[in-house]
Amino acid sequence: MRDMEDHLLADWDGRPLAKILHSAGELVEDPSYPTVRRWREAGGKVIGHFQVYFPEEIVHAAGALPLKIRGAQVEAQQAESRFGSYLCSILKTSLELALSERVELDMFVTHPICDAARNLAAVWGRNFPYRCQILYLPQNANSRFAAHYLRDEYERLQHEVEAITGVHADDEMLRSSIQVFNRNRKLIRRLYQIKREQPWLLSTDEAYVLMALAGMLPREEHNRLLELAIQQIETREAKPQDKIRVVFEGGFCEQPPLDFLRVVSQSCYVVDDDLMIGLRWLLEDVPLEGDPLMNLAEAYLEKSSYSPVQHDLRKPKEQMLLQRIRGSGAEAAIIAAAKMCEPGLDEQVAYAKALDEAGIPYFVNEFEEKMTSFDQIQIQLETFVENVLFF
Amino acid sequence: MASEAQQVEEIVGRGTRDGARLFREWFDGLSGVSEQSGQAAYVFVMGSLAEVLRVFDLPMVFPEIHSLQTAVRRVALEYLNQAEDYGYSPDICGYVKADFALQLRQGEHPMGRIPKPTLAVITNACNTYIKWAEIWERMYHIPVFTLDVPGTRAAGGQSWPGQPEFENDRRYVSAQLTELIALCEQMTGKKFNIDRLREVMGHTNELIRGWRRVLELNQSSPAVFNAVTDGTVYLGVANAMRGTPEGGRYFTKLVEEMEFKSAKGLGTLAEERHRLIFVGVPCYPIFRRFSEMFTEWGGIFVNSTYLWFASGGANLGFEYDLNRPLESLAEGVLISVRHAMDSMFFQDRALIDMVGAYKVDGIVFHPIKSCRTTSTGQADTRRSLLQATDIPSLFIESDMMDKRVVSEAQLKNRIDAFFEGLNARKLQQAAN
Repeated sequence: MRDMEDHLLADWDGRPLAKILHSAGELVEDPSYPTVRRWREAGGKVIGHFQVYFPEEIVHAAGALPLKIRGAQVEAQQAESRFGSYLCSILKTSLELALSERVELDMFVTHPICDAARNLAAVWGRNFPYRCQILYLPQNANSRFAAHYLRDEYERLQHEVEAITGVHADDEMLRSSIQVFNRNRKLIRRLYQIKREQPWLLSTDEAYVLMALAGMLPREEHNRLLELAIQQIETREAKPQDKIRVVFEGGFCEQPPLDFLRVVSQSCYVVDDDLMIGLRWLLEDVPLEGDPLMNLAEAYLEKSSYSPVQHDLRKPKEQMLLQRIRGSGAEAAIIAAAKMCEPGLDEQVAYAKALDEAGIPYFVNEFEEKMTSFDQIQIQLETFVENVLFF
Repeated sequence: MASEAQQVEEIVGRGTRDGARLFREWFDGLSGVSEQSGQAAYVFVMGSLAEVLRVFDLPMVFPEIHSLQTAVRRVALEYLNQAEDYGYSPDICGYVKADFALQLRQGEHPMGRIPKPTLAVITNACNTYIKWAEIWERMYHIPVFTLDVPGTRAAGGQSWPGQPEFENDRRYVSAQLTELIALCEQMTGKKFNIDRLREVMGHTNELIRGWRRVLELNQSSPAVFNAVTDGTVYLGVANAMRGTPEGGRYFTKLVEEMEFKSAKGLGTLAEERHRLIFVGVPCYPIFRRFSEMFTEWGGIFVNSTYLWFASGGANLGFEYDLNRPLESLAEGVLISVRHAMDSMFFQDRALIDMVGAYKVDGIVFHPIKSCRTTSTGQADTRRSLLQATDIPSLFIESDMMDKRVVSEAQLKNRIDAFFEGLNARKLQQAAN
C-alpha cells in the first residue's frame, strides 16, 4: 500500500491556497469519504477509530489506513433505530456511515471516553462481522504502572491489526511510522502557531479543514499537503482586523459544522482550540530510540494535551483552559459543548466558574453537528464580541 | 417445634424487613459521622473497594444510593432544580445533580445527614463516576483515586488468568491497589493489616455466595422475590454492608428464606402469570407505581441486569482466596467489575441464556435519560434479541431521578399493551 500513500487525492502540487482550502473543505464535509474508498479499491485495509485519541502509528506501521470516525452531517436513518433518545449526534451518524456503506471498515475501535462511546464497540459488533473493540486507554493516568499497562495494550492492538493486514510491524517499521507522524504533528503545530501569532493569515475554519484531513488521508500525503499549504499561508496577503482573540473549547469529540466555525471566524480570531484534539494530543515528538510502543504510551500519558474525557490529577481541566487562554494571548473564550455530551456539559460548569474567577469573558454555547441555522448564534456572538470590545 | 404457619410468619419477608432496618441503621451511622466531622470515603456500587477501605475503618458513602433515595422519597426534583440553577445541564446524570445539590445543602438528606468526603475512590465502570469525583475534587480539594479496571475489549472476548492480556490487566489493577493502600495509610495514619484484609474478604465471600444463590433461587416457579422491588432492598444491603459480618449474615439468612420459599412454592404474587427480566435502572420517581404496572398483570421480575452491575458483578460469584489476599483481591476486582461492565455493554448473550434458565416470558428494556452507560446499547440489544429469539420485549424510556421525563400514563399504556400481547400469545400457545 506504500504507493497509495503518495496520491490518494489528485496531486496538490501547484495548486493555489484557495483551491487547496476549497477542496479540503469539500472533502471534510463529504460523508462518502472518497479517499477511503480509493484506498480500499486499491486493496487497502481500513481501521476506523472513534474520537478522541488513537495511536495511529500502530495501524500505519501494519500497513492499514487509520480512519478517524468523527460523525458526519447525515441523517441517521438506519442508526436511529439502534439507539434510544438522549444521545449525542456523533454516535448515531458515525454508525450511520457504516450502516449506509458510505464507509467500509475492516476493524472498528472505540475508547472509554464516555459512557455512550464505550457502548459503541458492542453496538457496532452486533451489526458488522469484522472486529469491533474497545481500546482501554488508561483512566488512571497517575498510576506508576499506567505506561507499562498501556504499552502492552498497544501491543495487543498491534497484533489485532496485524491479523487483518497480514503485515508484522517490527520496531523499525513502528519507528518509521512514528517519524511520519512526528512530522505531521510538527506541521499541525506550525498551523496553530500561525493561528496564535498571525491569526489574520488563517481563519479557524481554514485551519480546521487542513488539519481534519489528517483523519482520512495517509499521513505522508497529508504532510505534503500541509507543507504546500503552510508555505502559501505564510506568504498570504492579509491584514489584521478588529476581531477579538478567543479560545474555542468543546470540540474534542463531536465536531461543530464548518458553517458554525465560519460564523465564529467572522467576528473572532480563534487563536487556540480543542477541535479534533486527538490529532494534537501528543505535544512533542515521540522519541525514536528504545521501545516504540513504550514511547507512544509514555507520550500519551506524559507529554499530552487535556480534554474533558481524560482525568489526570496533574491536569485540572479549568487550569489547563486558563493556560491555553493565557498561552495563546486570548482575551475571551467560547465554551461550547455538543448537545447531550455529558463530559462536555459537565465541564462547562467548571470552566465557567474558573473564567468568572479569573475575570475572563466567555460565551457559552451548545451545538450539534447537524445544525443548519446559524443566524441566532451569529447575533448572540456578535453581541458578546461587542460587549468585550466596548464595555 | 414451630408450626409451618409460624415458620412462614417468621421467615417470609425477613429479608426485606431486616434489609430496611440495616439500611436505616447505615444511614444513621453516616449521620453520626457527619455530626462528628469524621472521615468518609465516597465510593460507587460498581467496584466500591470496600475490602480495602474497611481495613482502614473508613465509613463509606455511596452517592448513587443517597441520590436515588431522594427520588424514592420524592424530593429529587428540588435537588435537581438547585443543581440546574447553579449551571448543570438538564441533560446530564440526575444522580450527579442530586448529589451536587446535597453538597450545597451541607449533606441534608431525607434519611439523615451525609458526611462530606475526605477521600473518593472511583472505578471507571461508569465514566460519569470520574466526572462526578472531579466535582468533589474541586469543592473539597480531596484526594481522588481512580481505580482503572480494563473491561472486556470485544463481545465474548474476556481474557482469563494465565493469558497475557489478563496478566497485563491484573498487574495494572494490582499496582493500583498497592497505590490505594498507600494513600489510605497516609490519609488515616493507620498501618495496613493484611489479617484484617483477610477477615473483611471472608465477610465479602459470605455475602457474595449468598447473593449468587439468592439470584439462582429465583429460577423457582413461582419466583421467590421480585427482582426490581425486593431486589433493590437486597442490593442496598449488598453494597452498604459489603465486607462486614452483618452483611455476610444477612445474605446467609436471605438464602435460608429464599430456599424455604422455593421449597414451599411460595411466590410474591397471588397469581404469577408472566415471568420477566428487567434491563436497566428502575424508575425511582414512581418506584412503587412503576412496579405495580407490572404486578397488576401478574408480571414478576425474576432477574435484572441491575442486580448484576449495581452489585459490582457480585452475581458472578467470585470468591476471594484468603491464602493470597492481595493477589486474589486484584483478580476479584478485575473479574467482577469487568463483569458488571459486561452486563451493561455486552448483555445480549447473557440475556438469551437467562430466558431458558429463568423460564422467562418477556424482557423489559428501560433506558433512561440520566444514564448513558446503561441505556446507550439497549435498543440495539433488543434488535439483536429479536433476530436471535422469539422472546417478546418491551422498550420504555423514562428516568431514574427526574420525574419531568416520566410520563406515567404513557408508560402504563405501553405496559398494558405489552401484557395484552403476552396474554394473547399464551392463549395461542395453549390452543396449539
